[in-house]
Amino acid sequence: MKYKSIFDIIGPVMIGPSSSHTAGAARIGRMARSLFNREPKWAEISFYGSFAKTYKGHGTDVAIAGGLLDFDTDDERIIQSLDIAEEKGIKIAFIEEDAITDHPNTARVRIGDEIGELELVGISIGGGKVEITELNGFELRLSGHHPAILVVHDDRYGAIAAVANVLTKHQINIGHMDVSRKEVGQMALMTIEVDQNIDDAVLEELTALPNITKVTKIVE
Amino acid sequence: MFRNVAELVELAESQGKKISQVMIEQEIAVTGRTLEQVLNQMDKNLEVMEKAVERGLKGVRSHSGLTGGDAVLLQEYIKKGNFLSGEIILDAVSKAVATNEVNAAMGTICATPTAGSAGVVPGTLFAVKNKLNPTREQMIEFLFAAGAFGFVVANNASISGAAGGCQAEVGSAAGMAAAAIVEMAGGTPSQSAEAMAITLKNMLGLVCDPVAGLVEVPCVKRNAMGAANAMVAADMALAGITSRIPCDEVIDAMYKIGLTMPVGLRETAQGGLAATPTGRELEAKIFGISLESKK
Repeated sequence: MKYKSIFDIIGPVMIGPSSSHTAGAARIGRMARSLFNREPKWAEISFYGSFAKTYKGHGTDVAIAGGLLDFDTDDERIIQSLDIAEEKGIKIAFIEEDAITDHPNTARVRIGDEIGELELVGISIGGGKVEITELNGFELRLSGHHPAILVVHDDRYGAIAAVANVLTKHQINIGHMDVSRKEVGQMALMTIEVDQNIDDAVLEELTALPNITKVTKIVE
Repeated sequence: MFRNVAELVELAESQGKKISQVMIEQEIAVTGRTLEQVLNQMDKNLEVMEKAVERGLKGVRSHSGLTGGDAVLLQEYIKKGNFLSGEIILDAVSKAVATNEVNAAMGTICATPTAGSAGVVPGTLFAVKNKLNPTREQMIEFLFAAGAFGFVVANNASISGAAGGCQAEVGSAAGMAAAAIVEMAGGTPSQSAEAMAITLKNMLGLVCDPVAGLVEVPCVKRNAMGAANAMVAADMALAGITSRIPCDEVIDAMYKIGLTMPVGLRETAQGGLAATPTGRELEAKIFGISLESKK
């Protein structure tokens, strides 16, 4: 089941006007920000389908920028987020794409600064719920049925075992796991679906492991 | 864990529980949170809904100028006492409109199940409140009962206008509201399911065609009619009227209709009311673009 909690249905508390095009967009932006781990200097956002056709009316551009600034769905600063971004010197470009995507509410977010870049594809499936389908060229196969964590790591021996050991210690069961890398020895990604929600302390413990770049909870 | 309305009703009736109780217990089981945490969060959502209605009833206007002020007009009309349909139904309509006017003005609302359809559930709740005098706990239960039905729709069909049209948003919201009204009025879980089925049947095929892509026209008035639809369907179910097509099959029909709905009628502002001459004119005016480029 895609929706697990009653609060996916009665909620989120948010700034209007659209749960999919505003709150969902803010969540996609914030997911990118969280995975990037810092405020980007620039962003290039491509909208597809209904997002491309209606983003101005729904404030999708404002919301996704708000997410990049780390604003939650109910943060009233979202309304001024484009101005706030400009004040901070963050350059944001929006592109309306014609390509047909699997889901009508799709956004591709590229963000970066002088140190690095990040690219993800997010879909907004309704009522403010979002899924990330692609990260830095890695396809994500998240069922959305369970909480999941994403671990960006260096492609080295022992990295996977170390992460699994920490989860074992906290008695967290892995329901599904996916590992992909671009090239041998380069950046790699673990997508781990688990049976229960993971505390932030566990995420911190995972982040502290050698060869681990970033750990993020992707489904709450 | 219930997967459809039939299982939800069976779970409730076999244990002599209310729909809301079944939903609360499932939430605790699935998330591992305590009863207190779950009730507190819903109480906070209820507070957001109350504030949005209050704000809307004072009068708001959206940035585009397309919507605002109608909730106030209707309250003034009710006070004069010459209405034809009914006080509670008009009060529900006014409060649904109030919520969506606040949403259109980029105010703070609680999505139920979405922002575009956020008016229906609170609108009906705060209207029937004056007749049924519920406790705060019962008002919170109302939201769990509504959410239980929304949960089934979201997982078995869709609550996204871009995926399934307005029937998936205001249609779902109205069905959820009808089911919750029945529970608060003392109806059985089966009667809640009948109310949901009757409501949703009358919302099937409703397209999502927002003018200029704004959640304003016709969204605000669709919430109004969603609330009215929910009130009447709840009364019908409480009177003992049943739906010949079971609730789960109505939800499935809604899903399949959504799948075959043209893209232009699924939140793309390309068809329906958005494509009318006036709709196009408003769009051009709001965004300062020429009509030619949109054709």
